[in-house]
Amino acid sequence: MILSLLRARGLLRIGAAAGLLFASRVPSIADPATTLTLYAGQHAQTINLLITDFQKRTGIVVKVHRGDGPEIANQLATEGASSPADVYFTENSPELVLLSKKHLLAPVDPKTLAEIPARYNSPKGDWVGVLARENVLAYNPAMVKPGELPASLMDLAKPSFKGKIAIAPTDGDFLPLVSAVAASKGKDAAVAWLKGLKTNAQIFDDDEGVVAAVDRGAVAMGIINNYYWARLQQEVGKAKMHSTIHHFTHGDIGGLINVSGAAVLKSSKHQAEAQKFLAYIVSAPAQSMLAKSDVDFEYPLHPGIAANPVLKPFSKLQPPAISVSQLGDDSDVASLLREAGLL
Amino acid sequence: MRSTETVTGRPPPGLLLAAAVASVLVLLPLAVTLFQAAQAPFKDAINLLFRPLVGELLLNTLMLVVATTLCSAVLGTAAAWLLERTRVPGRRLWSALIAVPLAIPAFITSYAWVSLSPSLQDFAGALLIVTCSYYPILYLSVAAALRNIDPALEETARSLGCGPWSSFFRVVLPHLRPALLGGMLLVALDVLVEFGAFSLLRFRTFTTEIYAEYRTGFNGPEASLLAVVLIILCILFLVAEMRVRGSAQYARLGGGTRRKSVPYELGWAAIPVAAGFVLIAIVALGVPLGMIAFWLTQHSAAAISPVMASGGLLISTAARSLEFSALATLLTLTLALPLAFLAVRYKGWPITILERVAYLAQGVPSIVVALALVALTVHALRPLYQSTALLIVAYSILFMPLALVSLRAALSQAQRGLEEAGRSLGLNWFEIAFRIVLPLAGPGLGAAAALIFVSVFSELTATLLLAPIGTSTLAIQVWSDTSTLAFAAAAPYAAVMIGISLVSTWLLARRFGETAVFDSAATPDLKKTPAFRLEHAAEADI
Repeated sequence: MILSLLRARGLLRIGAAAGLLFASRVPSIADPATTLTLYAGQHAQTINLLITDFQKRTGIVVKVHRGDGPEIANQLATEGASSPADVYFTENSPELVLLSKKHLLAPVDPKTLAEIPARYNSPKGDWVGVLARENVLAYNPAMVKPGELPASLMDLAKPSFKGKIAIAPTDGDFLPLVSAVAASKGKDAAVAWLKGLKTNAQIFDDDEGVVAAVDRGAVAMGIINNYYWARLQQEVGKAKMHSTIHHFTHGDIGGLINVSGAAVLKSSKHQAEAQKFLAYIVSAPAQSMLAKSDVDFEYPLHPGIAANPVLKPFSKLQPPAISVSQLGDDSDVASLLREAGLL
Repeated sequence: MRSTETVTGRPPPGLLLAAAVASVLVLLPLAVTLFQAAQAPFKDAINLLFRPLVGELLLNTLMLVVATTLCSAVLGTAAAWLLERTRVPGRRLWSALIAVPLAIPAFITSYAWVSLSPSLQDFAGALLIVTCSYYPILYLSVAAALRNIDPALEETARSLGCGPWSSFFRVVLPHLRPALLGGMLLVALDVLVEFGAFSLLRFRTFTTEIYAEYRTGFNGPEASLLAVVLIILCILFLVAEMRVRGSAQYARLGGGTRRKSVPYELGWAAIPVAAGFVLIAIVALGVPLGMIAFWLTQHSAAAISPVMASGGLLISTAARSLEFSALATLLTLTLALPLAFLAVRYKGWPITILERVAYLAQGVPSIVVALALVALTVHALRPLYQSTALLIVAYSILFMPLALVSLRAALSQAQRGLEEAGRSLGLNWFEIAFRIVLPLAGPGLGAAAALIFVSVFSELTATLLLAPIGTSTLAIQVWSDTSTLAFAAAAPYAAVMIGISLVSTWLLARRFGETAVFDSAATPDLKKTPAFRLEHAAEADI
């Protein structure tokens, strides 16, 4: 008796479970047309500022899927033509180049492209540059004298820097640096450099970890994007900072500029709204809002908008002459990192 | 073992089929992970598995596992012995406080400590924080065993000339061995599968490295290969734990009633001992709760609170956390019920196998379950991809062992004999269900539901990887704010999370008795194993 009761209840439950599965599918089918899905490899804080203001201006709601740039790029590649994403906005150009090569990106509105200097955009016109960050060396002046700082990023692989540096080899921001070394010096040199770093460096998960370690004196120097140092300073206050920044100059590879960019997915069903979002994030109001925010410490790529004064002026930087096309899509980086034992 | 009256007949095929769903679901992520790992060409797989990094991770992970386990064992045993066997000042307060860290997710403790000082982001910091989070498991396990030792044994030893120390090491400690070893292996397993705490501590273990592979390449065979190594480690620990619990039992034969043992007087030693407990309370509870309270009052710097915890976001994330927890509780109980019922009422190898398989879920880290489900749905089950349903299914897989143990305990309260008596008195099945089974098993079912609810509520890893686009939960907010150094922004979410978790655990303890919650519940793993259940059933019968 009780068994048949349980059996009947069991069936009900299975029904209920199935109902649950279907019920939860309904909302995503019934999304209103004015909701954009943004896949974001950018910082949550930056994204939040942008989508809130965008919604105020246009009424378009933006749903965000966040992750690391390379992760999301590979996710988009796996999802292919049936991806739910409308826009991809990420920290580093190679992730966009990867998707461009896989023909997953739609052409960007020429007016949007025209807002940004052409060298920061896709040569094929299927993604647009938005913001930029400089690769720098954060260092703790109590542990290393300015005279001992390396002139070149490549020096950090030398035995004299053993135990003195920190890196975050699996952070999305480190990968373009490896690509840049490989592009300018060749793959063998890149692996040799990485192996040197492996011997010399303490390993962290991300740039936030590196800059925090340098600041607390756990390690003398660390390779980061300038963004993270500015962010830490904003957080703990100028007076309490124990670290500072060393810029690589004279076109050294270490001064590479990482270009953060955005694209519309070819598969998006909201092309017009997606283009509107791209146009918005490169517009002067959006870019100056970010520059003034004390939340996002990146260089606005829109000409004429001054960066946050905490940063070294963009025009004073002396980055290496590597174009976004030469930088490529980071596809070899994982194997180079593994060869060096860093991944 | 009066409570489990088994039927030797064949179980109804329908029920068996329903029960199999739970076990198959648990096997699914394992199968997908193996399949994915097998996608790598053999030579690449060998290169990937035998690269220096894997060795470093093994060393890193195992060193931490060993160190945490030993520290927890010493701390847990000392605390248990002092609280059970001596007159420590404030004994009741300490024995209540000592279990509380179990209701605080390890990644929250980790957030609090990291926000206090980033210098904890190394081995020592990881050891400190993980030990604080998991030593109560050993305390509870050892304290329960201490309560069960016949004081006559110790007294005999004393009368034969052993001092307090020598009788502890020669009589008490050997009796504690099963509880101690079992508890240590559970702590070890917890440390192996922990992700959130290590990620925020920036301490590299297998779980964080699997996540790193995911971050750099989404869902390739590289992550799956690392996952396979981790699963093997976990299952080794799981099997060892089951064996320890299953074998080595010290039992007195025959009846007789035990006296309560006479507590030792500490004398002057009471002062340092009490100071020790104060220190533990400060480190394990005071700092985490204090740091959250501190950050709640810090709103000045823009970078700290950029995603300023607007009341709206706080409410919507809390609502989402509660919604996911409720749905997951419903589905998990539904899926586990047929198997639990079979296990209580029937015997036979199919049921044993199904049950064992379901318990395997303990040995599959949540990051592996989550990545496997992503891979499965993105390639083969696209309608479920990024859906709420998938996240709920993931929770069900993760907490299936918890549900099974709690449900078994609940169902064994409703003895078959009572049903039969009811039937012989002319009740129909409806009346039997509502007048006999539900009143008997109801409280247990409630406790099971509450336990799963709390566990899902504080889950991080699967939530992080599987939450549908545009949805955020309390756990996700704490994690993403902390990993971008926005400590003050994380505080309100952490506070609400801890608040709800502590209150529900407290209610649960009040409603169902402290032992129901802490001996079996807040240390979910503790009661997951069949052997441990048997032990407990036996205790209940004494």
